[in-house]
Formats: sequence, C-alpha cells, structure tokens
Amino acid sequence: MPTAAIELKNITKTFGSVVANKDVCLTVNRGEILSILGENGSGKTTLMNMISGIYFPDEGQIFINGEEATIASPKDAFDYKIGMIHQHFKLVDVFTAAENIVLGINDGKYNLKRSTGEIRKICEKYGFELDLSKKVYTMSVSEKQTVEIVKVLYRGADILILDEPTAVLTPQETQKLFAVLRRMRDTGKAIIIITHKLHEVLSLSDRVAVLRKGEYVGTVETATTNESELTEMMVGHKVALNIERAEPVDPKPRLEVHHINCSNREGVKMLDDVSFTANAGEILGIAGIAGSGQRELLEAIAGLQKVDSGAVLYSNPKTGKMDNLTTKTPLQIRELGVRLSFVPEDRLGMGLVGNMDIVDNMMLRSYRKGKSMFLERKGPKDLAEHIIEELEVVTPSAATPVRRLSGGNVQKVLVGREIAASPTVLMAAYPVRGLDINSSYTIYNLLNEQKACGVAVIFVGEDLDVLLELCDRIMVIGSGRITGVVDGRTATKEQIGLLMTKTDGGEPNA
Amino acid sequence: MREQVVRKHHHEPLMHIAKRDDMAWWKAWLIRLAAVLIALLFVGVISVILNGGVFFETYGTMFRGAFGRLGSGSTRLLWKFLQETAILLGISLAVTPAFKMKFWNCGAEGQALIGGLMSAICMMKLSDSLPYPLLLVVTVITSVAAGAVWGVIPAIFKAYYKTNETLFTLMMNYIAMQLVAYYAYVNAIPAGSGQIQSIDTGHLPVIGGQAYLLNILVITVLTVVMAIYLKYSKHGYEIAVVGESQNTARYIGINVKKVIIRTMLISGAVCGLIGCLLVAGTDHSVNANTVGGLGFTAIMVSWLGQFNPGIMIIMSALIVFLDSGAAKVADTFYLNGSYADIVAGIVILFVVGCEFFIRYTVKFRHAQKEVDA
Amino acid sequence: MIAAIIRRAILLGIPLLYGSTGEIVTEKSGHLNLGIPGIMYVGGISGVIGAFLYEQACGNNVENMNAVLAILIPFLCSVVGSMLMGLIYSFLTVTLRANQNVTGLALTTFGIGIGNFFGGSLIKLTNSEMPSIVLTKTSGFYSVTLPFADDLGWFGEIFLSHEFLTYLAVIVALVVSFVLNRTRVGLNLRAVGENPATADAAGINVTKYKYLATCIGSAIAGLGGLQYVMVYTDGVWSNDAFGDRGWLAIALVIFALWKPTMAIFGSFLFGALCNIHNYIDGLGVATQELFKMLPYVVTVSVLVITSMRKKREHQPPESLGLPYFREER
Repeated sequence: MPTAAIELKNITKTFGSVVANKDVCLTVNRGEILSILGENGSGKTTLMNMISGIYFPDEGQIFINGEEATIASPKDAFDYKIGMIHQHFKLVDVFTAAENIVLGINDGKYNLKRSTGEIRKICEKYGFELDLSKKVYTMSVSEKQTVEIVKVLYRGADILILDEPTAVLTPQETQKLFAVLRRMRDTGKAIIIITHKLHEVLSLSDRVAVLRKGEYVGTVETATTNESELTEMMVGHKVALNIERAEPVDPKPRLEVHHINCSNREGVKMLDDVSFTANAGEILGIAGIAGSGQRELLEAIAGLQKVDSGAVLYSNPKTGKMDNLTTKTPLQIRELGVRLSFVPEDRLGMGLVGNMDIVDNMMLRSYRKGKSMFLERKGPKDLAEHIIEELEVVTPSAATPVRRLSGGNVQKVLVGREIAASPTVLMAAYPVRGLDINSSYTIYNLLNEQKACGVAVIFVGEDLDVLLELCDRIMVIGSGRITGVVDGRTATKEQIGLLMTKTDGGEPNA
Repeated sequence: MREQVVRKHHHEPLMHIAKRDDMAWWKAWLIRLAAVLIALLFVGVISVILNGGVFFETYGTMFRGAFGRLGSGSTRLLWKFLQETAILLGISLAVTPAFKMKFWNCGAEGQALIGGLMSAICMMKLSDSLPYPLLLVVTVITSVAAGAVWGVIPAIFKAYYKTNETLFTLMMNYIAMQLVAYYAYVNAIPAGSGQIQSIDTGHLPVIGGQAYLLNILVITVLTVVMAIYLKYSKHGYEIAVVGESQNTARYIGINVKKVIIRTMLISGAVCGLIGCLLVAGTDHSVNANTVGGLGFTAIMVSWLGQFNPGIMIIMSALIVFLDSGAAKVADTFYLNGSYADIVAGIVILFVVGCEFFIRYTVKFRHAQKEVDA
Repeated sequence: MIAAIIRRAILLGIPLLYGSTGEIVTEKSGHLNLGIPGIMYVGGISGVIGAFLYEQACGNNVENMNAVLAILIPFLCSVVGSMLMGLIYSFLTVTLRANQNVTGLALTTFGIGIGNFFGGSLIKLTNSEMPSIVLTKTSGFYSVTLPFADDLGWFGEIFLSHEFLTYLAVIVALVVSFVLNRTRVGLNLRAVGENPATADAAGINVTKYKYLATCIGSAIAGLGGLQYVMVYTDGVWSNDAFGDRGWLAIALVIFALWKPTMAIFGSFLFGALCNIHNYIDGLGVATQELFKMLPYVVTVSVLVITSMRKKREHQPPESLGLPYFREER
C-alpha cells in the first residue's frame, strides 16, 4: 500500500465556543481526487485552511508522505508542496497572468521570458488555455482561476486543494476544469476539491469524504455510492428543534416577483428568470447553497441591486393596488408607503454602522421623519431602550457602539430595529448565523410574531432543520434559478438537499 | 523521484500587533497629553542644544510669546493669539464635514484664498457703486460662493468619476494662488508696485474698537453652528453614515453622490467665508500668501481633534501657542524664525504617532506562552 | 534662441524630475508622501551645510578644495538628510500606521522649517549683509560641464551643456523605470502598492518594501533640492526660495501617470511652462503669473481625463493611501 500524500488524524479546531472541526480523520493518496462534501458551515474550508497553513489545529496530527508535519504558515505549506486555490482569488489586477504567477518566487535571475516559457510548458502538460500576457483585470473568473491553479503548480505543488472551484464557473468551464484535474491526477498529484454539488462529486472524484456540522461522517468510494446515499450522509437525519409553527392566517399575495434576471459586476448571471410570490402571514423559506443568488434576490427586491429584466410587484394593503418596485431606489420604495424591512447578511457592513451607538443605529431607518432639518433622538432612544429590554440585549448602555457588542446582540439590535418599523414585508438573510441557541430562538420567535401579525416574511437560511421547522413554504434556489418550492410541513431534508444540488443544463456526463 | 520534505523550526514572531477594541476616553487623552509633553520636552532639549540657554526658560518664553507678559496690562498679544486661533479653527471647521465623510479636502488653502480674492475684488470694484451695507452683503455672499465653487469642482468629479480628491484639491490650491498673484499685479495698489498693499474701502466693520473681535465672534458662532450641524442635523448624520460605510448609506437610501457634493459645497463655502474675514476683516489686502498655509495646518487640526469642534478648539489653540511661543523663543535666543515650524512639526508628528498606542496593542507572544505552559 | 529656451526648461525641470521620481518610487509602495516638499528642502539644506563646512575647513580657498570631496560631501549630506526624513515618515505611516496625509503635511511643515532654520542660522554665522548663503566655490564644482559642448552649436547646447546632476536625474529616472518594469524587485514593489495582502501571501516582506521605497524615494527627491541650490541658483541659498516646487513635483507624478520615463519629458515640459512667459514678447508681469498656473491646470486635466477614461494602467496604485494591517484581511 502506498503512503498517503496527506493523512489527518483526529484534527480538532474551535473558534471561541464554536467547534469548527471535531476529530476529523482523512487520507488522500497520490494519483487520486478526493471530494470533501458537506453543507455550508460543515467545516470543510476550515479543515483545508489547516492544511494550507492559514489556521493551526488545536489538536491532532498532520502527516505528509508518512511523516508528521507542522504547518504554521502558507509558506510552510508551500515547502511541503501544498497549494490551495481559495474561493477569493489573490491576484494583482494590473499585472499580467505571467507576472502574477512568478510573484514572490526567487529563482535566480529575474527573466520573465524564461519563466513564461516554463509556465507555458506547465500549461501544455495539463491542457490549460491561458494567455500569459493578458492582464488580470480583463480576465473572466474562470481565467483568473486558471491563473491561480497554474500559480501553485509553478511553485511545484503536488498536493492541490480547490475550495468550491466550480461555484463561479459555467458548465462548459467546469467541464474544462475537470478535464485538467483528471490529467493532473494521472500524473500522480493528490487533489482535494471542496464542493457540495453531488453530480460533480460523482463524475469527478475517486473517493468522497463527508463532513456534517464539523464532524467527520465517513469516506466512501465513488464507484459504490449514489446520490441518495451521499445526500443522507451530508444532511443527516431530521433533528427535532421544537420551533413553534402556527398555521398561516388568511395568506394573501403580498409580494410578487416576475421573471427577474440580474448579473454581477463581472457580468456573470446571478439570477436567472426568478419568479415567486410571498404571502402575507406566512414565512417563505429560501434554501440553497451559499452564493446561489440569495443575496442578489433580496437586494433586488430592496432596490439595491440593478435588475436586467423582470418585475417586482407589491400589493399595497392600504390602497389595494399593485405598486411596481422594479428600478426604484430604497428611498423611492419607502416614499411609496411600502414598509419593507430587510435584515441583510452583512450586519455590521450594511445593516448597522459599527462605530455608531445603538441609538444612532436605530435612527438609520427613521432619521428622515419630520420636516425639521434636525434629528429627533428621543424616539430612537426610547426604541433602543425598548429593544434592549425586550430582546435582552447585553450592553453597558444604549450609548455603546454596536461594534463592541457580541454577534447575537448585534443581530437583536438589527432585527429589533427592522421589526420596529412595523413592516408588511420582512426579509432576513441568515439571521441566526453565528448566534447561540438562545439568541437563535429569540429570532425565530420574532419572525413568528411577525407572521402572526400578517407580515410576509422571507427567511434565507442555511440549516435545513430550521427551515423545515420554521417555514410554511420553502423555495430552493440553485445557481440563480428556482429549482423547486416545497411545503415546509411535509418536505424531507433529502428532498431539499437534492433540489439544492440540482443544476439544470450542463449535467456532466459521468 | 525527489522525496525531500523541508524540515525547519517555525518561529512564531516575538510580538504581534492587534487592534484594540476600545480604550477609555480618559486613557486615550492621557496618552495624547503625554505625547504633547514628551514632544515639548524634546523641543526643550533641542532648544538648549541650539542656544545653550536654560532648559525651563524656553517654556516661560514660549508662554510670554503667546500670551504676553502676565500683569503687564498689554492685551495685544492675547488678541493676536485669539485671532490666529479663531482663523485656524475656522478653516479646520470648514474641512471637518468633508473629512468626516472620508473626503480628503486638502484644498482649504485655495478655497479660502479664492474667497479672499472675491472679497478684494468687491472691495475694490464695487465700493463706489454700492452703498456700504449692500457692499458688505455682496462681499460676503460672493466670497462664500467662490469658496463653494472651488470646493465643489473636485467633489463633482469624485462623485461621478472617483477622481482622486486629495490630488485634485491640492492642485486647486496653486491655481487659486496664481489667480491671486495675477489679480494683484493687474490691480496693484499703489499702481505698478506688483502687489495690493492696502485697500481703503469696503472693510468689514470694526466692533468694540477691537480689530479682531468681529472675526472671533463670527468663528465662535461658526463653531457652535458646525458642532450642532455635525451632531444634531440630518445632514450631519448622513455625512457620518457615508463616511463610515457607503454600503449602509445605500441600504438606507442615502444618495451618496448628493451628500458628497452638498458637503463639499458647505466645506468650500465656509473656507470662502474665512477668506472674506481675513481679507475684508483684518488684512485689507490680498496676496498668494494670505492664508499662509493655514489650509494645511487645518487638516492636521481637524484630524487631531477627531472631527470634534470642541477638541479642535484646543488643538488650534495648541498649534497657535506653539507657533507664536516658539517664534518668541527664536527671537529671544537669536534663533531663526523658522524655529516655530520645527517645533510645530515635532509636536504634530508626536501626536500623530501616539494614535497608534490608542488604536492598537502590542502583544508579546513570548510572555503569553509562558502563561499557557 | 530655441536651444537656450530648451536648455533653460531642462534646468528648471530637473528639481521636479528628482522630486517626482522619488515620489513615484514611494507611491508605488502604496504610500502617498505629501512630505516630499519638506524633504526637498531638507535635501537642499543638508547639501548646503555639508558644502559650507567643507568650504570653512578649506579656509574658504578654492585652491585647497578637492573636486571629488567638494561634490561628494554635499551629495552624501543631502542623501542622508532626506533619507532620515523618509525614515520618520515610514516609521509613522508603516509601523505606527498613522494617517498618511496628516503625517506628510506635518513633515512638510517640519522640513521647510528645518531648511529655513539652518539656512537662517548659517546666514547669521557668515555675518553676511544679504539674507543668503553664497557657496559659489562648491557650486563651481557642481557646474562643470563638458568642455566641447559650446563648439557644437545648438546640438551641444541642448544635449551636452548640462551639469552632471542633470544627467544623473535622467539616469536615475531611467534606472527606476527599468527596476520597476524589468526586475523582480520592481514586480514585488508594484505588487505591494497594488495589493499588499496578495504580496504578503506570496511571501513578500511588505513592511521592508514600504520602508525601502519611502527612504530611497526620499533620497532621490532630496537631490532635487541639492540641484536647485548648487546648480540653478549657483550656490546661493536663501530661505523659502525653493518655493512650491515640491508640490509641482507631486503634480508631475500624476501628469506622468506614475511612469518615470514620462516624468522626464513631463519635467522638461513643466520647466518650459514655468519659464515660457519670459520668451513671449509683450507679456505683462501679470500674465506671467497666469502662465505659472499652467502646470497645475494641465495636471488637473490629466487627473480628470484619466479618471474618466478609467484605463487601469493609468490609475494610481490601487492601495495608495491605505494602511496595511495583515489581521484586517
């Protein structure tokens, strides 16, 4: 039996009270592609960051070629010939591909021409198509990824880790990447890819290791497994959470989204013909892999994201008419009398201002009130104190900058403010991410209260157990498309798991 | 096959810098005070080396230079001190809204100067045709408008094209200076002298028999107004949100472009007003050096005062004190007048440097490990 | 006549060329050093002090002076003086992460103060009637030109009649351009200024590059002050005479789109613009002042046009003015 390229033994890593990885054991051999499969937050990236020297494990051992290794920095990882391609590329935009690839390497006299020749050889060997004199800022995402891969190969890596490499690629680009990865495997390199797309796992990898909530579930041979077995390993059995769920009272359409399309700054399509209806008095869950277009969808509704086509319609309970919100700015939407509250994913970067105190953060929504050119702080101060008391926010006072509060308390302040505006539509993106159990339940209760008041609640979540217990309907989004809408009371985790990983078109021929 | 694994010891760095969460305000001020004191001590040592005088005498002389000899009955120096503090404070107040928005307005010098130029033009060209009260109104309005225009040009380009405002506003200073130099040549008083020595007409009124009192009063009012504007007005709140996070500003529906342009209009307008006070109020002449670099000093005052008008009063007073005090030291000990610039420079550099100890902590890994072990 | 105008433009442009080449090196590391005007004063006065001491040591007699020492002493003094200023700037902005604009402006106040202070003190020491120090002897060594330049007509006047500091400025700009574009050090430096986190991840010592770029840039800029006093004014230092050339040098950086080779031609153009009024007949003194505005107007136009065209290669280094703190990634 050959010695493994990398062997992990009982790796544990905690951040504060959160256990990111617990007792994980893994083996990767040369000439093999290993997939690491798991939901968001299952600890895949943390684990790989420990191999590439970004984090250091609390417990456990890493063996490389059978010898125990200490990897304390990215440089140590290079020395062990480990190269990681992160989701967020580390490239200098105004440099050419070749300049980026040779950056930071000291291999004798600087000679870009000679280096370019060597890089070209690598490209030919593995079949990369790359214009080495092209500037990075003119490149597509897939070209940038190619630069990153060639960069680690040029540094002599023979163990490659790719974090969600296909998340940003078109199906055709994915096929090309897979061809290259297979060729690298055939030359004896060890390759690890982090993913949550089942069909990719099945078509590409030799073995699959599954993580769930930081724990190692097991490794299976791809040849002997199938989608439903993997899904079950990944999502686990249903866990009872005991979140209350009342029957919706008199659900009426409140928000209608018709065929919206939008693209990000690089021109990649983020929403593809999305249509749905959110009802008053109902919680609509949105499930999906992170980055499938959830953020763009909510921002498009809130007037923060430019929509290429389609319409967002709001049924105004006061006038009984349909208001068109498309192409309106957030201010114009408010001026229409639409009470739309939005708890964004980026709490301190968007929803709140970290350096301002709780009172001033309360004012973000309400400061325009009144004709006076001066601020009215009495109302916001009362509101701040009310929220601190009602939601049990732990803070020295209402005059404390929110950046100094813990994550759970920051979220209570944000959700409290958004609810205080007595919305008719409430959108919340990952409102319990990073929160402890008690804070999470506070948030669930708040959402349920809003539902009971007849608010149309849209809840973007990542924990399927929570979605299944909280939501009345669950809409699944995959690569910017709606892949299905299921009933929250009858659906199963496996059903949603399969919808999440389903992508139309470009289905790889395994 | 090359199976060579590099083995080496991995040293963790000995010390490690981390962001400090928040320091009690009094601790932060103790650090700043200590920085000023250390800087002054340093200045004292340098003075002794340069002039061989007695160490403590330096400080006494500085004090006398800034405020006059105590009990001498003369208030001339005190008035001068107040006037200089007021003008410096006024320009610092002008740049503050822009800085709070993270718009680096380095063009206060030019904005004030162009305001002063407009004052001079009104004083010289319109005093025959307009009655005095109307002339005053026109003078103030045109000066303020000129400053606002000078400030808003870079703001428009910043808002729409992200043109680097630091560099743009800097260049605008020198364009203003050359315009002033041109005007002074063309309209020289006395004619042909190449400079405007004294304009006889259109002065701002002198109140209470004190030449500087009007300026001091105007800027006192301005300080209060600006403090209220920044802290209690809706505009001030929008400025703070845009400065902290443009993303949040978008999220709550603030029109970021509008706020940038509006704020620079105000910043430039206040600079224009100060220029008017300088030219029509005290100098009664204009030249490229009328603002005398205060536009740059104001940037430091505003920043060191943490954009808080109250603290900025202290900072302007400190800098004027250093300037006039050090000038007196130089005079007394037969040093060169530029001694004052050196002193001011050293103190500012110390205060700028000390912010590090307020915002960051230095942790020593070594000590930590021993505790862990 | 035209040859004389060109020669004059080059002479006027050289201090700006030194200043902007130095500033380009610094800005390429992501630091906007607004202390350059002050640093150029320090570079000038340090050279003056060196020359003054050497002249004194030789008993104010040209016969006793050694040509090599007469050039080398002020030169090294200038380099050391401005490097110290660069060290202060980099300590504050790199290690202590102080605000770059405020630090730079304070350093300019400080540097101009130092220049005028020591200038004034030396003037006092010489008991001169005039408010200036005259170092004609040292200047004489600095002003040596090629002997045969005069025999070659206009060609000689334009290309061969210059002092060595002029040629050095062009050589330095070309070397900097070469280093930035053709060497590993230059590649690393540009990466630091564009994206320090990427450079750091690639194993480049970001702090070291920032320090070195600032100090070397300051030394280069300081030579501009030295050229001004030793060549342009023929060894006469008077306080504040250097004026706003430092700011003009910063303007030139923008005009040259952060390219030293462009800065060479830009400096000659700026020199010509500063001087053009002397050669236009019938131009009043007043209009001359308007002409002096030209370099700034041209710079603003370039700044605006490049930001409107958004061509990436013509923008300032991406992280210019931002402090880098690894843990904030």
